[in-house]
Amino acid sequence: MIRSLFTVALIALLAQSAAAQSPRIVTDSAGRQVELPERIETVFAAGPPAAILLYVMAPDRMLGWPRANRPDEREFLAQPYADLPELGTLTDQGGEANLERVVALEPNLILDFGSVRDTYVDLANRVQAQTGIPYVLIDGRFENTPTALRLLGEILGIPERGETLAADAEATFARIDALLADIPEAYRPRAYLARRPDGLESGVVGSINTEILERAGGINVLGRSAAARGLVQVSFEALLAADPDVIVTWDRQFHESHRDDPLWSRMRAVQEGNVHLSPVLPFGWIDRPPSLNRIIGLDWMATVFFPDRYQIDLRERTRDFYRLWYHIDLSEDQLARLLP
Amino acid sequence: MTDHALASARPARRRRLPLVAALTLVLAAGALTALAIGPFRLSLPEVLAALTGRAGGQAEVVIWNIRLPRVLAAMLVGAALAAAGASYQVLFRNPLVSPDILGVSSGAALGAVCGIFLSLPMIAIQGFAFLGGLAAVSLVIFIAQAVRGVDQTLVLVLTGVVMGALAGAATSLLKVMADPYDQLPAITFWLLGSLARTTSADLGLVLPSVALGLVPLILLRWRINLLSLGDDEARALGVDAPKLRLLVIAAATLITASVVAIAGVVGWVGLVIPHIARMLVGPSFATLLPVSAIIGAGYLLLVDTLSRTMATIEIPLGILTAVLGAPFFLYLLARGRRGWA
Repeated sequence: MIRSLFTVALIALLAQSAAAQSPRIVTDSAGRQVELPERIETVFAAGPPAAILLYVMAPDRMLGWPRANRPDEREFLAQPYADLPELGTLTDQGGEANLERVVALEPNLILDFGSVRDTYVDLANRVQAQTGIPYVLIDGRFENTPTALRLLGEILGIPERGETLAADAEATFARIDALLADIPEAYRPRAYLARRPDGLESGVVGSINTEILERAGGINVLGRSAAARGLVQVSFEALLAADPDVIVTWDRQFHESHRDDPLWSRMRAVQEGNVHLSPVLPFGWIDRPPSLNRIIGLDWMATVFFPDRYQIDLRERTRDFYRLWYHIDLSEDQLARLLP
Repeated sequence: MTDHALASARPARRRRLPLVAALTLVLAAGALTALAIGPFRLSLPEVLAALTGRAGGQAEVVIWNIRLPRVLAAMLVGAALAAAGASYQVLFRNPLVSPDILGVSSGAALGAVCGIFLSLPMIAIQGFAFLGGLAAVSLVIFIAQAVRGVDQTLVLVLTGVVMGALAGAATSLLKVMADPYDQLPAITFWLLGSLARTTSADLGLVLPSVALGLVPLILLRWRINLLSLGDDEARALGVDAPKLRLLVIAAATLITASVVAIAGVVGWVGLVIPHIARMLVGPSFATLLPVSAIIGAGYLLLVDTLSRTMATIEIPLGILTAVLGAPFFLYLLARGRRGWA
């Protein structure tokens, strides 16, 4: 009797632990079937966009950042996550993390957010095979943001958090769509995104670095290019001929120097005071990296493009966004520095 | 092959044997040490336990899946590049020649960059690199053969330089057009060389073609040595110099293209290591080839171990080989040509 009781208890115990260990199968954005443990406590972010996605979703699962945050960035990130160590990246973006170091960190999951093209699928498969750690790829296109958030919510076992952020992203997209529905093509500003201190680097239509221009209702003055799909060098002459209505930039140096520059000061947009500097803390609002940090940039850019028509209190929206997405309450002083 | 040439070279070999044995031992000890070094802390007994499959868990993952393939790859790539470099130097009778002289690296780089640009899987990128390297050198040889009546070596070298420049231009064009977020960093990293992603599958992939190139070089090392005397002398000794030269180029190119495909462009090894070998054992190719290969294996093992342990992030091999190799090369130049017969 006692013996059979013991057996039953043992079987129950085994069944229970088997349930706790039972793996889940998740299909990632690249269509890869990945076996995940029931609970995911720690995640290694493969690159900067993935680190931001993870930070907004579940900062407590982070192990570190692709590169250590600078003091000015830390101020706009929640503690203690802001001070997490530098781990490098797995996705070839400037410096590689050592695979052994990744194994030593014992993450339950490696997360990559961005391109799901073959090269990255292959990288994911290799790293997963080598380390034995599940590796999930999530499509990082801007339009895919709500789906990405829901998918990660499901993977991490926090679907409510994914739903909350996805709803906010969808609301932002819907707000912009509603605004643009009433504005015919002819009334949309022809815009230029200036990168680098000399302002002569930008992206053509289709470039991930400037797609926010079009999403916020602007028309990229550089148009399409048959040859390039990423960043391009722009000649000043071509830019003068293109004559943009609005210039946006995140480069502080360019913003400070353009007015005194003998060439830039001839541009109509400069003379009319239509050069706008986007906030960049803790992550760029319109680029750098091109991840879901651009959701708030969309509101900012729509305000820049359509100051009379876009009905939104940007300061209030910024405060809410930082609280909801970045886990911090902005002080008046911080808010004033973000939006002078 | 005349008895005279053999008679003068063979006694040297006997004296060199202890040296080769000693170098091999040092290399083996180095490999074991490298296996025990890494960000994931493992003691030597733990490493040995993992190697024999008694450790289990993470230690075995680290040793078998990450460290061992990398250590082996570093030695293979180093040995291959140094052997190819030594072959090219004997072939062109010039100590300033490196395996890139006929455009194999530039061609392989262009192939790999094409693959990255098209976002292809890793295996295709490696295949493109391999074929790119072979194609560049084949084209160089084809053009050099077509140009007649001029000094063959000069035409080969000049065509190689031109091919390298052309491939370099095409690579730069692709870099300008590449996506700066996901492709450009990958391209840059590849052009500097790295073994960070090497798996045992990669090793299995290139081992046959490296062997295919290395075996003829080893078997023919006595004859190849005669090439350093010049074509006329070689012919007098019964060696068909042009045919042999073509064979050496083919073998050295195959070796280089294979390892460049898995490691990216790792400069300096093929240039500097044969010099060190020559200082140790003299210019005779018969001993220069194995000694170069062993030292090359050890050198890249050292460099790659530094690359994966110096910082949190991986340091590209090309940067380290240049930083370590360039000063040494200047030192050699300053010493004059004493090391070269």
